[in-house]
Amino acid sequence: MRDYSILIGGAAGDGIDSAGLIIARILNRIGLYTYIYRDYPSLIRGGHTFSIIRASDKKIKAHKNKVDFILALNQDTVNLHRNKLKKDCLFIYDSDQVKLTQTATCGTGLSLANILKEEAAPAVMRNSCVIGAFCKATGIKWDILDEVFRKDISREIDLNLKVARKGFDSAEELIKIEPFQNKTLPILTGNEIIGMGLIKGGLKAYVAYPMTPVSGVLHFLAGAAEKFSLKVLHPESEIAVILMALGFSYMGEKVAVGTSGGGFCLMTEGLSLSGMAELPVVVVLGQRPGPSTGLPTYTSQTDLHFAINAGQGEFLRFTVAPGDAEEAYYWSATVLNLTSKYRAPGIILTDKTLSEGTYNFDVDSVDKITDYSAGQTFPPVKDKVIKVNSYEHDETGITTEDPKVAVQMQDKRLQKEKALGEELKNYKCVGVYGDKKASTILLCWGSNKGVCVEVGEKLGLRVVHPVVLSPFPVEQFKEAIKGAKKIIAVENNATGQLISLIKRYDFNVDEKILRYDGRPFAVEELEEAVKKLL
Amino acid sequence: MKDLSTQARNTWCPGCGNFAILNAVKAVLSQMDEEGLGLENVVLVSGIGCHGKIVDYINVNSFYSIHGRAVPVAEAIKISNPKLKVIVFSGDGDAYGEGLEHLIFAAKRNIDITMIVHNNRVYGLTTGQYTPTSPAGFKGRSTPGGTKERPLNPLELMLSSGATFLGRGASHGIDSLKKIIKEAIMHKGFSLVDILQVCVTFYNMYEYYDKRVYELTGHDAQDRDQAAKKIREWDYNIDAPIALGVFYKKDMPTFEEMI
Repeated sequence: MRDYSILIGGAAGDGIDSAGLIIARILNRIGLYTYIYRDYPSLIRGGHTFSIIRASDKKIKAHKNKVDFILALNQDTVNLHRNKLKKDCLFIYDSDQVKLTQTATCGTGLSLANILKEEAAPAVMRNSCVIGAFCKATGIKWDILDEVFRKDISREIDLNLKVARKGFDSAEELIKIEPFQNKTLPILTGNEIIGMGLIKGGLKAYVAYPMTPVSGVLHFLAGAAEKFSLKVLHPESEIAVILMALGFSYMGEKVAVGTSGGGFCLMTEGLSLSGMAELPVVVVLGQRPGPSTGLPTYTSQTDLHFAINAGQGEFLRFTVAPGDAEEAYYWSATVLNLTSKYRAPGIILTDKTLSEGTYNFDVDSVDKITDYSAGQTFPPVKDKVIKVNSYEHDETGITTEDPKVAVQMQDKRLQKEKALGEELKNYKCVGVYGDKKASTILLCWGSNKGVCVEVGEKLGLRVVHPVVLSPFPVEQFKEAIKGAKKIIAVENNATGQLISLIKRYDFNVDEKILRYDGRPFAVEELEEAVKKLL
Repeated sequence: MKDLSTQARNTWCPGCGNFAILNAVKAVLSQMDEEGLGLENVVLVSGIGCHGKIVDYINVNSFYSIHGRAVPVAEAIKISNPKLKVIVFSGDGDAYGEGLEHLIFAAKRNIDITMIVHNNRVYGLTTGQYTPTSPAGFKGRSTPGGTKERPLNPLELMLSSGATFLGRGASHGIDSLKKIIKEAIMHKGFSLVDILQVCVTFYNMYEYYDKRVYELTGHDAQDRDQAAKKIREWDYNIDAPIALGVFYKKDMPTFEEMI
C-alpha cells in the first residue's frame, strides 16, 4: 500500500492551509487519494499551526501521526513534530527561522529570505518555495507542480513559479513518492461539501452567525449565492438566525442555518418554535469541546444528546451524523428534503474533524438522492389565509387552549416521528464496514467512521456506524450488530454519548475507547488502543 | 368593507387600549384592500404578550412568533418576497426588552417592515411588572419598592439606529391612529409607530395621557434635528407635553432592494 504523510507547519498567517491544499492537489495529480488534517489555535497571527497531508492508493479519511516528510517554516514545527518522522532528517526547513544547534545537524535548510529577496517576492511566498523543494525532494516532476500552480494560484503566478523553481533547484531527491492511477478529484473541506449537499437538496436560503467549526459553510455558500440564487444572510445573533430561517420557511423556502454549541444554545427556542409551527429548518451543528467556549478550534462529539433533546416540549428533531465527505453530501441533501416533507426541524451533526477535514470528494460514489417537491402552499395565495402559531393552535392556526384540540395537535405532530421512522427503513441509516462477519465490533458515529473503518479493516473487525441518530433506527441497528460477541465503542467525548443512546433501546457495549483532548484519533493511536482490548 | 374578523374569541380586558389598535388596523387594511392591495399580500407578525393576540383577531396571513422574536421573522418574509406588506405587532417588553437587538438591527438595515408597538409600559399578561418604558420608581410585582432604572426613549433609540419613519399614537384617538398607521405601512423603509396603548388593569394612564397629548403641527418630519428635538420633548419619565404624529420620515435605500 502506498501511504505517505507530509506535515507542514508554521505560524498562523504563513499560509500553511493553502500550502497543504496545494500539496494535496499535487499528490492527487500523481494518482494518490488525499486527506488533510488541520491543527490550529484560536488566534489570527503567530502561534503554531500545522497540516498533515496524507496520500494513499486507497480512499482515506483519517490522518496518521507518523510522517514521511516535514516542511518547517518555523522552529516550533521542528521542535514539536520531528519525533513524528518515520526516518529522521527527512525535513526541509527555513534556515532563517529554524536553528538546529541542539539536535543533529540534518535536514535540508533553505534560506527562504535570500531566495525571496533574489526574486523580489513577498514573504507570503515562502510556502511556494518550500513546495518547490518538497517536489524535488520527493521525486515529483516539475511539470506537475507547474500544472497545479497554474490551476490553483490566481495571483502572481509567474512570480510564485519562479520562487518555487528556486526551491526545486535548491533541493535534492531524498525519498520517492510513488505515483498511482487514481482519478483526479475535487479536494474539498467537509464544510464545502455540506454546502454543496444543501444546494443539491434545493436550498434557497442560508442564515448563520460565524462560529468555528462551521463558518466554512457560510463562506462557501456566500460565495456561491449568486450562481445558485441563494439568499445568504449573516444577522445580529444566532437567535435572529433561526427566527429569520423560520420566516423563510413560512414563505416556503428551503432553509438551513449553521452554528456550534454556544450558538445552538441560543437557537433552541427557535428550534422548538419550528416543532410547534411545523416550519422545517435544517441546523448544521458543528461540535467542538465544551462546556462553554471550551477548545474552539478543536474537535469533539459532545452534543449528541443536546441535539436530539434540544428545545422545550416533545417534537421530532430529525438528527443525522455523517461520517465522511460522501455521507455529508448525501445527508445534507436528504435531511433538507425529508424535513420539507415532514415539516419538522432537522440537525446535521458535524464536528471540526469532518467540517474542516479536507477530502477527495467523489460525487459519483454518492448514493442516489431522492428529491422531494412540496405540494404545500405558501403566502401569498389569493383568498387564502395562512397562519402559523407558537401557541397551541387549531388547524387554521388560531390559538386554542381546548384540551381535546391540544391532544389532537400534539398527536399529529408526534405522528411525524413514526412516519419518518417508517420511511427511513428504505434508507441506509446504519453502515456496516470492515469484516462484516466478525464477531468483534467497533461501534462509532460521525467523523470517527474513517479511522474506525481503516483500523477495522486492518484488524479484521466489523465496524458499525449509525448515521441517523433520531429517530433511532432500532431495527437496522439490531441487524448490524447481529452475532456480536464484543462491542467496542469509540467516541470523542468523556462519557460515551452513543453508548447511553443505544442503552435506551437495550443495546449494551463491552468496552469503550474515549478521547476528549480535542484531537481526533490518528490511525496508529486507535489501532494500539483497540489491540489492547482484543 | 371586507369583514376581517376571525372566529377567535376576543380575550382582552374590557376597555383595553388594544381594541383601538385592532380597529384602526382593520380599517386601514380594508381601505388598502379597496385601493387594490389584495389582502393576500399582507403578512402580520406578532410576538408574545397581550398585543400578540391581535393576529388571531384579523383574518389575514400571520406568523404568531415567540416573545421578542417577531422582528427577524418579519425581515425574512420581506426579503423572501419584497412585494408583501409586512406588519409587526409587538409589545414594549417584546420590542424594547427581550427583542431589542433585533429592533436595532432592523432599523440599521432600513428594511421595509412596519412596527406597531403596543406600548402600555407594563407587563400585562404576566400580571404587572415594570417594562423598559415604565417610569423610574414604577411599583410593579417584581419591583415593589419601585424600579431603580430610568426608562428608554424608544423613538430616540430608533432614530439613532437608522429608522426612517418614526411616529407616535395613543389608544384614545382612533382617527389619528389610522392615519399614522397607514402612513407607516406606505413608507418605504423601516417604520415604527410607538402607540401609548393603555392597560386598564395594571397601569391605567388614560387620564394622564389625555391631559398631556397634542397633535404635532408645523413640524418638518424630513428634518432630523427637528425630529430629534420633538422626540426628546418627553422622555417617558418626567412630566412633559406628549406629541402625537409623525416625527421623522426619510427616503433611504432599503435592505431588501440592495441584496
